[in-house]
Amino acid sequence: MNTLIYTSALGLLCMLAEMANLRKLILPIAVAGLCVIFGLNVTDWGKNGAYYHNMVVTDNFSVAFSGLLLLLGIFITLLAGNFYKNEESKISDYLAIIIFTLCGALALVSFGNLAMFFLGIEVLSISLYILAGSKKKDVRSNEAGMKYFLMGSFASGILLFGVALIYGETGSFDLGAISNYASATHPSVLFYAGAGMILISMLFKVSAAPFHFWAPDVYEGSPTLTTAMMATIAKIAAFAAFYRLFSHAFISVFPPYAWVFTAVTALTITIGNFTALNQDSFKRMLAFSGISHAGYLMLGIISLYGKTDNAIFFYSFAYGISSMAAFAIAIVVAMNLGSEKIEAFNGLGKRKPFLAAALTIAMLSMAGIPPLAGFFGKYYIFSEAIRNGHLWITVVAVINSIVSVYYYMKVVLAMYTKDSVETAFTLKPAYSFVIGFCILLLFLAGIFPGLLTGLL
Amino acid sequence: MLLLLTLFLPLVFALLTYLSGNRFAKYIALLGGLVVFTCCSFLKLALVHNNLAPLVFVHDWISNPHISFALNIDGLSLTLVALTAFLVPLIIFTTFRKEIENAKAFYSLVMLMEFGLLGVFMASDGFLFYIFWELALIPIYFIALLWGENKDAAFRHRAIFKFFVYTLAGSLFMLLAFIYVYQIAGSFSASTLYSLNLTDKEQSVLFWAFFLAFAIKIPVFPFHTWQPDTYKESPSAGTMLLAGIMLKMGLYALLRWLLPVVPHGVMLWTPVVMVLAVIGVIYGSVIAIKQDDLKKLLAYSSFAHVGLITAGIFTLTHEGFQGAVVQMFAHGFNVVGLFFAAEIIFQRTGTLSISQLGGIRTVAPKFATCFMIVVLASVALPTTNAFIGEFLLLYGLYEYNTWLSVIAGLTIILGAVYMLRMYQNVMLGETNSLTANFEDLNWKELTVFVFLIIGIFEIGLVPSQFMNMVQPSLDLILNYSLR
Repeated sequence: MNTLIYTSALGLLCMLAEMANLRKLILPIAVAGLCVIFGLNVTDWGKNGAYYHNMVVTDNFSVAFSGLLLLLGIFITLLAGNFYKNEESKISDYLAIIIFTLCGALALVSFGNLAMFFLGIEVLSISLYILAGSKKKDVRSNEAGMKYFLMGSFASGILLFGVALIYGETGSFDLGAISNYASATHPSVLFYAGAGMILISMLFKVSAAPFHFWAPDVYEGSPTLTTAMMATIAKIAAFAAFYRLFSHAFISVFPPYAWVFTAVTALTITIGNFTALNQDSFKRMLAFSGISHAGYLMLGIISLYGKTDNAIFFYSFAYGISSMAAFAIAIVVAMNLGSEKIEAFNGLGKRKPFLAAALTIAMLSMAGIPPLAGFFGKYYIFSEAIRNGHLWITVVAVINSIVSVYYYMKVVLAMYTKDSVETAFTLKPAYSFVIGFCILLLFLAGIFPGLLTGLL
Repeated sequence: MLLLLTLFLPLVFALLTYLSGNRFAKYIALLGGLVVFTCCSFLKLALVHNNLAPLVFVHDWISNPHISFALNIDGLSLTLVALTAFLVPLIIFTTFRKEIENAKAFYSLVMLMEFGLLGVFMASDGFLFYIFWELALIPIYFIALLWGENKDAAFRHRAIFKFFVYTLAGSLFMLLAFIYVYQIAGSFSASTLYSLNLTDKEQSVLFWAFFLAFAIKIPVFPFHTWQPDTYKESPSAGTMLLAGIMLKMGLYALLRWLLPVVPHGVMLWTPVVMVLAVIGVIYGSVIAIKQDDLKKLLAYSSFAHVGLITAGIFTLTHEGFQGAVVQMFAHGFNVVGLFFAAEIIFQRTGTLSISQLGGIRTVAPKFATCFMIVVLASVALPTTNAFIGEFLLLYGLYEYNTWLSVIAGLTIILGAVYMLRMYQNVMLGETNSLTANFEDLNWKELTVFVFLIIGIFEIGLVPSQFMNMVQPSLDLILNYSLR
């Protein structure tokens, strides 16, 4: 609860800083503020509460995911300082939008009411529409913003339609009331239709196939830092909301939709992976790999009646942190070489051993190689899926993990075995810090997964 | 405590090696290898002192899912730990003669590899075993990828990459199998898995999930296609690690994690595996005869040898098991000796093509003698280590099926054909422009060979002590496999 309010306040402060001419100070203030909020969030641990007529619910699930999102938010803010150095006059605007995105994400992990849920989705999405199109003179960025906006608002429309149908049937926006209604009576077809529409819009937001077509273009066109936010904060928040919504309100409509979930999961993993194989652009490759990761997370969703929140959290953590490291390195490389192609990474092993080693670790973690966090995340998700009887879909996922090694290692191969032209290479301390910290977390969560597995 | 020390010292030395810089890296790595070997000798003393009862270390690691950090040293594990601890310093020493680019990374990867290998051989928790199994793959991937000597880099990258994807693919199915078994057993510990009662149908599927991983690593026909190119393209130290130690991971895993866990699955599929293994033996030998490239010949011969070991393990007899363990140990020594000889020849003549060589014996008598002994050991001449191993393996196979043992027994004849013919073409005859100035062994190279040859004859002449040590652990596994 407090987390959400303080974060919104921090966002407002960033906007107002423009007027008070505090531009130079705003970055440290934002980082410090987020760190403090992170600390406050931790103190909420174990205290369950509901606020504003059950609009916002604080429980361990929301605290854990808020913590992860805030951590990623801190990383993004740290990276933002240098990323927007050419537009220093607007830094407070950018920071404000970044923090508002975070607000939307926080709302998405702690809603108790469909209205709040919709609000969270919209705050998150609108901020990201702006950020996606924020490079005003870059055609691709404009295209990304436009595309994301059109598709996103279409999905929001469907979502709202679904919410309206649910409200019409049950007479309430409250998750608990909806759940009670569905288990006490036999819901009519309207209820199922409403849940189905909400499902479609959620699949869109998490970029699951066949609603994934927006993702690669938007990821590629947006400024890399925004892409990093979409791939980490937005995706993780959407998955947390997905889980919360279906486990709290729609668990009774789950059986009729089971086949949809299974088909979507298999499709998402497979399409994401096989399309990623042929990409030249690192960002686009990460976009498709992100789609396949969404598929792995879907494995947690399809078995959610077996309480898989912990597995989803661990996987989100591993995926979010390794993506953050990968995107941070991509930003550094793109800044120095002006290219986002995989060729730009050629010879990085010789020029910047630290960056190359870090990216290797991030890629290995995404590919699921022990003892890194990604491996344990995959293990956990697979094991939950098998426990709940989804053996065959897990086999599909395993086969896909093998395929994924190919494209992850393509970058590693480029870094270590190809030669490059010598150019000056600068690496800002903020970037080194974020990358180093992410790598540390990947090892920590991989070697002592017990720190996170017993949480929820 | 000693177990932990033995396991983690290589990791510590991997760090130290990296920090010591390019100049001193090799000395630190060698020191590390020797310290680990010393620890391993203490382990042996401790095991004997314990009347061959397993030494165990168990500590809770992850509570949910329940995974413990469980290590276990019995006769079987100790054999492979000893093999690793003995060969790694030796392999490091073989690289002393030449300048290695970015030496600190190279040697620290070698030490990291030793860490992974020791973990595989010591783990008695399935999950821990899996982690080390994968961990051992990463260093060797980079060693092979970055320090390979072949000019054609693109080809090398493809070959090594194939190896990486192949082995990883296999192990993911093993992970799936472990997860499935865990859902039933609630634990990964070997003892729980050994006493599990799975249905025959489950066992028959799980068998393939496990076997695929192990078969690719060993490799068993038809999963061997990564092997020859990888052996050829890796730097010689990498090839020695791969052939000398790493493929034993697969064989060891058959004994430790396949036979006792899914005994009925094994019963069901043994005929298929037997046929595959024996095909591998013959196929490997026949292709080896046709090879002109020395390293590829050795790769195929190694492939034929491990086929026989696999067949021996699947006989589920005392002799088969005994022979498999002795031969695993022996093969480690012999194959390292052979690849080292190949490396020496390549360093001095710049070629590995058998038809271009000849007459080395006249200019390098010491090398010729050492190479001869290793060649004879690998064709299982009596008094050498491989003789004991192959004899027991064929005896076990004979108990299983006479015809199979006859066919597999051809390996001794075929092995003699290709190895001796190779020796003849490389070492005997007239010298030519390539070999006329062949330098004889220097003291460093001689030291390596002397150690290997001592090992070869020790096992060959007094195998009983060694076999007594592994017997209890093999009996245990055999009992579980026949339940």
